[in-house]
Amino acid sequence: MVSVRTPTVALVGNPNTGKTTLFNALAGMNQRVGNYPGVTVETKKGKLLHAGMPIDIIDLPGTYSLAPRSPDEMLAVDVILGNATDEPRPDAVITILDASNLERNLYLMTQVLELGVPVIIALNMMDVAEAQGLKLDVDKLSQQLGVAVVPIQANAGKGLDKLKDAVARILHDRICANGPAFPDAFETEVVRLQQSAIDEPAFLVRRLLLDVGGHAEVRLTSKHGPDLAAEVAGARQRLVAAGFTLAGIEARVRYAWIRQAIAGCIVRPEQRPVTWTDRLDKVLTHRIWGTLIFLVVMFLVFETIFVAAKPFMDWIKLGVSWFGDLVGGWLDEGMLRSLLVDGIIGGVGGVIVFIPQIVFLFAIIAVLEDCGYMARAAFLMDRLMARAGLNGKSFIPLLSSFACAVPGIMSARVIENPRDRLATILVAPLMSCSARLPVYTLLIGAFLPTETYGLFVPGLVFFCLYLLGIILAPLVAWLLKSTLLRGETPVFVMEMPLYKVPSVTTVARRSLEAGWMFIKRAGTLILASMVIVWAVLYFPSGDYQEQITKLEEPLKEPREKLEELRGELDELRGWKFEFMRTPTELSAIEAKKAEIKKHAESLAPLEKLVNDKRQEWKAQSCLGQVGQAIEPVFKPLGWNWQIGMAAIASFPAREVMVGTLGIIFGEGEGDAGDEDYQSSVGSALRDARDGEGRPVFNIPVALSVLVFFALCSQCVSTLAVIKRETNSWGWPIFTFVYMTALAYIGALITYQVGSLIASLFT
Amino acid sequence: MTLDQLQEGQRGRIQSLSGDDVVLQRLMEMGLLEDEEIEVVGFAPLGDPMEIRLRDYRLSLRRAEAARIHVSLLP
Repeated sequence: MVSVRTPTVALVGNPNTGKTTLFNALAGMNQRVGNYPGVTVETKKGKLLHAGMPIDIIDLPGTYSLAPRSPDEMLAVDVILGNATDEPRPDAVITILDASNLERNLYLMTQVLELGVPVIIALNMMDVAEAQGLKLDVDKLSQQLGVAVVPIQANAGKGLDKLKDAVARILHDRICANGPAFPDAFETEVVRLQQSAIDEPAFLVRRLLLDVGGHAEVRLTSKHGPDLAAEVAGARQRLVAAGFTLAGIEARVRYAWIRQAIAGCIVRPEQRPVTWTDRLDKVLTHRIWGTLIFLVVMFLVFETIFVAAKPFMDWIKLGVSWFGDLVGGWLDEGMLRSLLVDGIIGGVGGVIVFIPQIVFLFAIIAVLEDCGYMARAAFLMDRLMARAGLNGKSFIPLLSSFACAVPGIMSARVIENPRDRLATILVAPLMSCSARLPVYTLLIGAFLPTETYGLFVPGLVFFCLYLLGIILAPLVAWLLKSTLLRGETPVFVMEMPLYKVPSVTTVARRSLEAGWMFIKRAGTLILASMVIVWAVLYFPSGDYQEQITKLEEPLKEPREKLEELRGELDELRGWKFEFMRTPTELSAIEAKKAEIKKHAESLAPLEKLVNDKRQEWKAQSCLGQVGQAIEPVFKPLGWNWQIGMAAIASFPAREVMVGTLGIIFGEGEGDAGDEDYQSSVGSALRDARDGEGRPVFNIPVALSVLVFFALCSQCVSTLAVIKRETNSWGWPIFTFVYMTALAYIGALITYQVGSLIASLFT
Repeated sequence: MTLDQLQEGQRGRIQSLSGDDVVLQRLMEMGLLEDEEIEVVGFAPLGDPMEIRLRDYRLSLRRAEAARIHVSLLP
């Protein structure tokens, strides 16, 4: 019988070798992201055609070595060994090597040889090697290694046909070359261990022996029982007694073999020429200039996601509300309309509003990584981050989280060390993001107005709220790294790649992919939870909707008139800055404003009836009832049930707090970012009284709410992204629990201490 | 002397590496082996980590790790 299976080729290589560029060049648009259970790294699969023959190609994560320390690093080994679920064993492996850095790149190749699979070398960056004065004899290299070597230039698409020819040849011949041999004493132990670890490939048994605490040890000892662990320990002891350094056996064998195999194939210049990388590094890692440029770059990163993404986000919000109105116009008032407009369309809007920030941040990160600056940024920041037990690569994810934790958490993928990456992800939401701003401005504006407190006090409170995250995030990271995420000290050994011009396609592809993945993987989760929160605020609905519709009937025309007047005001304002206006223009604007005010005031009594009805509706909704039932929980924070309920209702996103407070304190619905709406909600909060006529809010209560919102994890998108990035439900739940606990304790201390201080003054 | 004691621009040859653990394994995987020549490219503004050149490429590592690499100074 003839097998008709499509042959599979795996692509492996060190980071910074142009592997992704080669994969894109080979697979074109014909690619998709592969999923493996229990693994957080991505692999891509594509198809290429060679002379009419289809070949599947798998792009494995870039790595320096196949010594797996985590399930993520084990993936490459499992795929090549054919242990991966639903995946045939690759028929051949293409290893892509950086020609300018041959020795270290060949290390990985010798490990692939050991896996007993046919290997082809794609020798990339020949031009870079030439620029450094290195002369390579490709034919001789191929002969001495015993492996086909095809020079390519992946970014220019050169040599791809020859590479495909070589792949077709090796798929036909299936010749496996031999790599370096381990010392006899070592191999004797491997054979001995194989009797206990029956049916395991020799490669895994060698890894079991070599990698102390590595993933092969974890997997094999749990599979074959505790006896194996004892035997491994015995074998290691014998090797050490025989004079071997366990950690050094492999590297010594491989590098010695490599030196021999490339002897005479590479000619280095007498004097190393000064390259662009040398010149750039002199400036970019310079004590003063390097730091200055770093600060400027980081400022630009921050501005891009904070400011440049804003108009796009505003357009999305505008588009969503336009679409909501459109759909709302087709339907009668009622549950279906509310579900569609407030629940589903609002929810979808809540998902896609993140896209601009994600796409922008990933584009910048792709540029920084592709051009080689990312490693320098990590180099400059490492000392600072090391104090919190993190490393330099955690800086950008944490900085980005000041704009929004969602892209920040996604960008933590740049951190190779799994524990550092997890710690960064878990503390990123502590950074004060832009969604907290409406809550901050509302409460600070209402209770610490600049008119009474000047600029200093409100500014100080703002600053402290930001400081809270900046201080707590490293502390929590440090705590996590010394408890839950404890393990061997992560080694910060980072390649400083050569600088190069970033590839437009790589940048575009990565940023768009990140946006799409967010919608695909986190979107449904976010949408679902938004609909749930909508439902618990809507039901039981009684006949509230009918009552409100009836109350709104006489408001219809006056409201349209109000909109008209506002439109006229906008027209008067035009695009001009305040100082550019003539006195006549200014007085016309003032007159229009007065007209609007007068008209709005004439509506106020009727609007109040509508708002009171809404307030009543929400108060008896499921969430309102829950809020009232668990009021004792909020009491120590100085909150009544209304504040507590609004805090729970803002689970989908923090800024929802503003609108919920608006409804629950009788100001109706509105846009959380709108200044007028904020100031009217603010005065409603100031005027709010409880059953006994005491104010619901005072300064300690407002501060306690502020601290709570600085620290809580009321953001379903963040939790959904953590779920997606860690591939587990445990970590988002953990994040929610620890942040809520932190927020509660913070709010408790703030209120109790605040009340104490306030009582001293009265 | 150890690698972290070299100054910017100085070159050295690795004499030995101390310890036998995961850190050592990782350093050796990256090509830091006995008899290799290395050059210190520089230090980060806060004094740590450091950047070195070896085997046709550049690597950065923390002083704590560099202190485990014993070198002899080359002229």
